[in-house]
Amino acid sequence: MKNKNLGLAITMWAVVTFLHIPFFVVMLYAFTTDSSTFTFPPPGLTFKWFGVAWSRADMWAALSLSTRVAAISTLVALVLGTLAAAAVYQSHFFGREAVSFLLVLPIALPGIVTGIALRAAMGEAGMTFNFWTIVIGHATFCVVVVYNNVLARFRRSNPSLVEASMDLGADGWQTFRYVVFPNISSALVAGGMLAFALSFDEVIVTTFTAGQQATLPIWIFSQLTKPRDRPVTNVVAFFVVIVTTLPILWALFQNRKFEEQTQND
Amino acid sequence: MIRRFSTYLYNHPGVLLALLLGPPLGWMLVIYLGSLAALLFQSFYYLDGFTGQVVREFSFLTYRDLFSAAHMTIVLKTVVMALSVTIGSVLIAFPLAYYSVRYAGKRLKVLLYFAVLLPLWSSYIIRVYAWKLMLAKEGIVSWFFAQLGLSGVLEWLLSMPIVGGASLSVSNFGLFLVFTYIWLPYMILPIQASLERIPHSLLDASGDLGARPLQTFRRIVLPLALPGVVAGSIFTFSLTLGDYIIPSIIGDSTPFIGMAVYSYQGTAGNLPLAAAFTVLPMVMMVFYLLGARKAGAFDAL
Repeated sequence: MKNKNLGLAITMWAVVTFLHIPFFVVMLYAFTTDSSTFTFPPPGLTFKWFGVAWSRADMWAALSLSTRVAAISTLVALVLGTLAAAAVYQSHFFGREAVSFLLVLPIALPGIVTGIALRAAMGEAGMTFNFWTIVIGHATFCVVVVYNNVLARFRRSNPSLVEASMDLGADGWQTFRYVVFPNISSALVAGGMLAFALSFDEVIVTTFTAGQQATLPIWIFSQLTKPRDRPVTNVVAFFVVIVTTLPILWALFQNRKFEEQTQND
Repeated sequence: MIRRFSTYLYNHPGVLLALLLGPPLGWMLVIYLGSLAALLFQSFYYLDGFTGQVVREFSFLTYRDLFSAAHMTIVLKTVVMALSVTIGSVLIAFPLAYYSVRYAGKRLKVLLYFAVLLPLWSSYIIRVYAWKLMLAKEGIVSWFFAQLGLSGVLEWLLSMPIVGGASLSVSNFGLFLVFTYIWLPYMILPIQASLERIPHSLLDASGDLGARPLQTFRRIVLPLALPGVVAGSIFTFSLTLGDYIIPSIIGDSTPFIGMAVYSYQGTAGNLPLAAAFTVLPMVMMVFYLLGARKAGAFDAL
């Protein structure tokens, strides 16, 4: 039995390594002196590509577009996702199950389906593809992230808190402001961050709704076909890993902490 | 004002429900389901071969084109890849999920929670790109095999028909590896969830009744973990079916469904055919979801 566990433990650690090695490799390559091939180990290390990447206007334009798109999409998703979660939590209406199903559909169906469907519909409606068409697409698949986070929080919180607040003389607004909102606020932040990460990173749906503009992932994708720009791509990859990892870890940590708190109660 | 309104809402839950549900439901119905409907309509239009214009009349011409041998090869290739990736992910995900549920202590469990979720949420395109670096002929994987003195094994693998190629990054095996890597967390999480739910007393009872550990695993654990496996496979299968980024970065660049859709709607201007191409994975997924529901997979999601 002991030996069998050891074998399983080794397999488990191998899988964990498999999941994480690419991050280290991609970060190492930002420093390689080799600009045309992917030689490992790198023939030398240098900081010069960071300067080269810094001065690329197209990279900054893509970064700025992605940030703006993700910010607006996250806001829309926060509003819609919270409303849906509150509706599903607080009453048992007909078709409640269908709401969850409908919200998860944009990420459960292949990305290409969502992308081309939006493109067909927007074309049909005579819309020009611009900033707002990207936002519409992103908000649609981000709603479910906020919804799941907030609904999970609602389900773990004590419903008698609201009743107690009303019994003690608070009106509906005060109850929302001082009881409900503080209770869900960290779920909102965590859900918002994950939605932001999802939008910031999305590429399949975006290629169909973007027109001529390039978000950062689209920019990276287009760089991959140009060998000359490889060092710049490597540096951008380095930064994306650094900048996205911390907020994601923070959001996951928040969810985890709350889960443990409610388990101990 | 806002106070009276909020108290009114508290006393009239029906109005509150309508106000809460209206915006998100309206958005999803109009924008998302509306788009899916537009897509379905589009697939019944057809492209006039002479003018290059889309004719907006109901016809089955586009579907006749879709079911031609060349297009069916693309569909078959994609489906075979999606199935292989699904099987591969189950085999890799199961040991990790099983270990974390059965043997891991509290701290290791937390570590594994982050170890699985971090790759899931971090940049998809960067992770694909990382594999392009790693699988290149001069990259880290070849280097690793050479260090172990196993270059021959790698060459043997690459010399095989269908799965092989000039280097891992342009072979179907490399493509399979990257797909499996990218969707792996989607398989680990539901398997973990279904294993968590197996009561410990069941395993004890099985042992007490004289089952050997392997028998317990096969007769008790596996059947109860099946809903989780099916739930995970919804994601691995669906995401592989609809991806076009990974096969255009890795692999021998023969088209997958996603790439065909992208090129037909783009340069070829044949939106109806692109739409018809996506209707196929959609129909497949609907049947898959119905089957998954029967297997109880939705409870494991």
